[in-house]
Amino acid sequence: MAKTIKEINEKIRKGKAVVVTAEEIIDLVEKKGVKAVAKEVDVVTTGTFGPMCSSGVYLNLGHAKPKIKLGGGKAYLNDVPVYTGFAAVDVYLGATALPDDDPRNKVYPGEFKYGGGHVIEDLVAGKDVRLKATAYGTDCYPRKEIETLINIKDLNEVVLYNPRNAYQNYNVAVNLSDRVIYTYMGVLQPNLGNANYCSAGQLSPLLNDPYYETIGIGTRIFLGGAIGYVAWSGTQHNPTVKRTKNGVPKAPAGTVAVIGDLKKMSPDWLVGTTFTGYGVTSTVGIGIPIPILNEKILKYTAVKDSQIYAQIVDYSEAYPKGLPGSLGEVNYEQLTSGKIRVKGKEVPAAGLSSYAKAREIAQILKGWIEKGKFLLTEPVEYLPSVDSGQTFKPLKERPVK
Amino acid sequence: MAKKRIVLNFPHSLVDKPITYHLVKDYDLIINILRARVTPREEGLLVLEVTGDKRDLDRGIKFLKDLGIKIESLAQDIKWNEKKCTHCGVCLAICPTEAFIMDRKSRRISFDKERCIVCENCLRACPYKAIEILF
Ligand code: SF4
Ligand code: SF4
Repeated sequence: MAKTIKEINEKIRKGKAVVVTAEEIIDLVEKKGVKAVAKEVDVVTTGTFGPMCSSGVYLNLGHAKPKIKLGGGKAYLNDVPVYTGFAAVDVYLGATALPDDDPRNKVYPGEFKYGGGHVIEDLVAGKDVRLKATAYGTDCYPRKEIETLINIKDLNEVVLYNPRNAYQNYNVAVNLSDRVIYTYMGVLQPNLGNANYCSAGQLSPLLNDPYYETIGIGTRIFLGGAIGYVAWSGTQHNPTVKRTKNGVPKAPAGTVAVIGDLKKMSPDWLVGTTFTGYGVTSTVGIGIPIPILNEKILKYTAVKDSQIYAQIVDYSEAYPKGLPGSLGEVNYEQLTSGKIRVKGKEVPAAGLSSYAKAREIAQILKGWIEKGKFLLTEPVEYLPSVDSGQTFKPLKERPVK
Repeated sequence: MAKKRIVLNFPHSLVDKPITYHLVKDYDLIINILRARVTPREEGLLVLEVTGDKRDLDRGIKFLKDLGIKIESLAQDIKWNEKKCTHCGVCLAICPTEAFIMDRKSRRISFDKERCIVCENCLRACPYKAIEILF
């Protein structure tokens, strides 16, 4: 019997909704069967906690006296440059931004100790942050310099807005070369020394709703420890990749853009992150609830690690050169066992995404819904799915005359 | 039987001395070389696991010290900060001695200092600065 989101919300309000995590649902369906569980369960909660580089925060700093126009000028938070191409005191702080004087990879591999992701963590933690800015001065905004401490609690708006998060599946990175390489997939030891993957697998939000039948624009979610929303499909959203029989993409596919009030979030779920030799980023915690509207949607949420496949990609050559092809497929049961086989060799495998934290997020979200604190939403608009034909295009370079 | 993990720092002048041979032959010790690094004109570094009779072990270590080798015990060098650890697991695949283990059920990491040979692989690999080296 099909349910509606309205009916489920009615139960949530009364504290009667049956909520389980995307991990718990697997056993439940195996024991009781799809029919019975579809009746019994109202919501399945998912979670993911991994480095997500397309993340950032926009802040409205408030006007100083006399006023300064940062737009078109230069501004820094704890020496990390922020984007100023907006009105006078709106700036955007990106997760991968680095201080101008950071040596980067000059001394290889660079250490990348502090950057945008760390400023975000400090802001959320309620620490004072140093704002330093210069401007060109106008009649209405005469001031040309400012240096002051700021604190998140005193600012007007501080909003986390991430253009691409929660990748539906990802690559498994290996290194076929004979030297250590430093990538956004971590340190990769030579000659297939290790393999790094990055997905919460069976707990991951979009892997539990493979065709985006419930997750869409306006979906209320767990974001960084508070309530957030899906704002749009994420950049590089690519629904048309190869899928298994049960609909699960076998390569990086869908993504979401998310938004939420940073003032309500917690540094436990927005962690400044360093990849030696690569750069800095932010590790973001996201959890998305999936309403069990019918048996089909339930079946999707019962997907387990052994049914989710990822492509093994060489990050020493194939990835940087943009060459197609994969060294093979593995499923997440194999990956989480800690050992996979690549080209006949046994390779230790590890995740960049924390399964323990993903599980915690799914549990927290479950608690919110059970207590009636979190209601589900009907998407305002759905994300482009397979029928959209949308693909992820490379950049075509053309000669500049 | 006693076991010790030690870090030997020795000057260039001692690099060509067969010290492990003496430890085996004269003091009846079992030697397991965990890590070795000798750079030209610089100091040599050797990380050993030494097993043997307690008295022989002490005598062997005294022999090394008398040669002018600086000896540190290994166990304290790498510190895992559980509070900062996100239990991502990156360190698992990069540690040559499986000093980090993940509990299959809880999916949480634990660190076994005893297995660590201070190769420093995990220091660079941990994205959350949860691993520190203490000097
Ligand atoms: S790499 Fe760092 S954060 Fe990740 S599990 Fe190991 S110690 Fe913890
Ligand atoms: S330094 Fe780190 S990687 Fe190396 S042995 Fe110790 S724990 Fe393992």
